[in-house]
Amino acid sequence: MATRSRFAATGSLLGISALLLAGCGAAPEESASDNAENSDYMSCIVSDEGGFDDKSFNENSYNGLKAAEEDYGITIKDAESNGADQYNSNVTSMVQQGCNSIITVGFALADTTKQVAAENPDVHFAIVDDGSIEADNVRPIVYDTAQAAFQAGYVAAAQTKTGKVATYGGAQMPTVTIFMDGFAQGVEYYNEQKNANVEVLGWDTEKQTGTFTGDFSDQTKGKTNTQNFLDQGADIIMPVAGPVGAGTLEAVKEHNTKNSDQPASVVWVDADGYETNPDYQDIILTSVQKKMKEAVESTIKDDMDGNFTSEKYIGTLENDGVGLAPFHNFEDQVSDETKSELNTIKEDIISGKITVETEGQPTN
Amino acid sequence: MSVEETLQAQEGLAASATALGTAEQKTKDNPNPQMGEQYRPSLATRILGGGVGLSIGAMIAAFIVGGLLIAVTDSKTQQASQYFFARPSDTLIYGWRAASEAYVALFQGSIFNFEANTFVRQINPLFETLTVSIPLILAGLAVAIAFRTGLFNIGAQGQIILGAIFATFVAINFNFPLVVTLLLIIIGGLLGGAIWGGLVGLLKAKTGAHEVILSIMLNYIAVYLLQYLLKNSLQRPGNTNPISPIFEDNAIFPRIFGDGTPFRLHWGFVLALAAVFFVSWLLNRSTIGFRLRAVGANPGAAKNAGISVSAGYILVMSIAGALAGLAGALQVSGTEKVLNTGVAASFGFDAITVALLGRSTPWGTFFAALLYGAFRAGGTNMQVSTGTPIDLVLVVQALIVLFIAAPPLVRAIFRLPDPAKPRKKSAKKKASQKAVEAK
Repeated sequence: MATRSRFAATGSLLGISALLLAGCGAAPEESASDNAENSDYMSCIVSDEGGFDDKSFNENSYNGLKAAEEDYGITIKDAESNGADQYNSNVTSMVQQGCNSIITVGFALADTTKQVAAENPDVHFAIVDDGSIEADNVRPIVYDTAQAAFQAGYVAAAQTKTGKVATYGGAQMPTVTIFMDGFAQGVEYYNEQKNANVEVLGWDTEKQTGTFTGDFSDQTKGKTNTQNFLDQGADIIMPVAGPVGAGTLEAVKEHNTKNSDQPASVVWVDADGYETNPDYQDIILTSVQKKMKEAVESTIKDDMDGNFTSEKYIGTLENDGVGLAPFHNFEDQVSDETKSELNTIKEDIISGKITVETEGQPTN
Repeated sequence: MSVEETLQAQEGLAASATALGTAEQKTKDNPNPQMGEQYRPSLATRILGGGVGLSIGAMIAAFIVGGLLIAVTDSKTQQASQYFFARPSDTLIYGWRAASEAYVALFQGSIFNFEANTFVRQINPLFETLTVSIPLILAGLAVAIAFRTGLFNIGAQGQIILGAIFATFVAINFNFPLVVTLLLIIIGGLLGGAIWGGLVGLLKAKTGAHEVILSIMLNYIAVYLLQYLLKNSLQRPGNTNPISPIFEDNAIFPRIFGDGTPFRLHWGFVLALAAVFFVSWLLNRSTIGFRLRAVGANPGAAKNAGISVSAGYILVMSIAGALAGLAGALQVSGTEKVLNTGVAASFGFDAITVALLGRSTPWGTFFAALLYGAFRAGGTNMQVSTGTPIDLVLVVQALIVLFIAAPPLVRAIFRLPDPAKPRKKSAKKKASQKAVEAK
């Protein structure tokens, strides 16, 4: 029979794929071992359109959840959104799954989070990168990234050989431009202090206009933009565009093989790029870190311990929610003078002596 | 001679012109072309061999391959496969479990959730599917109607966005009673989309530029226009993120079953259904539709028969744009109640595969859109309750299209009869075999 042979074919295909995947070890003893003492606590996460592999805030927040799973043995569930139309159904189905706490990532989910949170007062929510919701069961997690980006701008201005540095974004939205603003102001501050004239390409703080790729997915656009900046003489570039930044790494690496006497470098954002991009460690000067993993994990921990608070979390230099990553390979190239100046800047920002002002800056 | 008769004569002309081009092939396939008039394939052959059988076959094939992928990517199955030769049953059981659980969750999320405790909750997924399918139905029609006129409308994405922009503009600037505002929103959506689509038709007709290039480029322009407007006139006051104000109650399509139920299905679905009837009538019953189909079948012949091809292109792209624009309007003022940069999601591109799956007929498109709506609604449940990556839903969708694009493959798998090569051929074969045996 044709049907039967087809079943056989299906079976054998499964077998073949198993063979390809595998080896032939010994079968383990059947045993059910769940070492989770907190497995009845469930924490869930819903991404925005970027997905959990965006090398940016979705991925970092997800890593926070994973860390909580490993450290405390809780149960986790995740849902990626393929489009804006799925936010509501994703968050709603998380509630139906019985999640104790739900992390929503991105301002795009703010309306949905607000609405679902109001309908389910027993469930605790935390929303990353949006500070607009005021509700007893929602904790906003936001970052004053401009503070760390300011330091990055300063060190870039100190390190440039050509007198030009550059930045570009994925899309013109506050969580992106806050990096660019801080970066540009850091450069400006350097110029004032040192009477220098380092130029920033790709962003104009005054006019709030600059270079954007238009999305957070097309790496070739990142590469083209970077190529343009390099051609214009910039030698330090900060991409604020999630995975698109990979295009910058590629372009800079190509540039350096051709111009080994005048190598360019990259300032990474969100995570420490030295760790997340192991192939490009030799060109990453530093990273503007936005420590979402830590904030998400501690929010979950607080909720597990019954200490949930709806108080807004603002990551700053002071509470180490944002910060400049180590220089790693560039440790020797950054002078001790610059390093101590960076420390002074950090203290001055914390004390309020230096103010970094940007549009969309989180406030209490 | 009535107009209709003239047109029918012209269709005959167009058809014969088409036939001329493929005459040689026809003779090969059908040894008795003069018998074409009398020859009627059996109903089963027409259903199985035609669009429906092929579409269903492609779906089944895609589900099987998708199930294999779910099994292979399942972590437990992978672990078990490491000792496949010691205990093969584990691998097969885990693989089967992963695939079947994922599909059960897909069903529970899209049609009927038998695990829910109240009937309303049990049936809610079905209405969720209908809600999600609204933009797919309308955008699918926008692609299908253009297909029938011989145009490849890639621009549904941009047309949806324009419709949504116009609708949002109405919603946040006018404060009329519900019915009036909704009427204006519908008109706005239709108009916005029609402008964007009509522009493609106009440029195609006047300059000969290719509609694929035009509509792709207009998609880009629409995306950036949306981003610009959301940072300016359409931005929510006091907010720095690109998002519009939440619509007031008088600018939101009411839910069909009222606010007391969890069903999100709104009256926009009825409008989408009406659009299916309209397009069906337009294509099959009206003079305009006849002209459009003639242009689609053979522009040269249509022109010779006195049908204006340019007018046809402009008209059909305007209608297509209006349909997609309505999808955008319904999305913002029915389902989302707000305009953001992700309003068009991937509807414009899903619409192409929906139209393809529906064989570009209005009702075929309708049912294909329901299927894709079910995928979209069920996919969220599948990833939440079984942890199967939602990307696999996209893979299954893509596989369906892949199989549809290769009809002989699906026919071979499911032993479907080929409508172009009816039984006669096998009869002939048998006859010749007999002849050989007789010798």
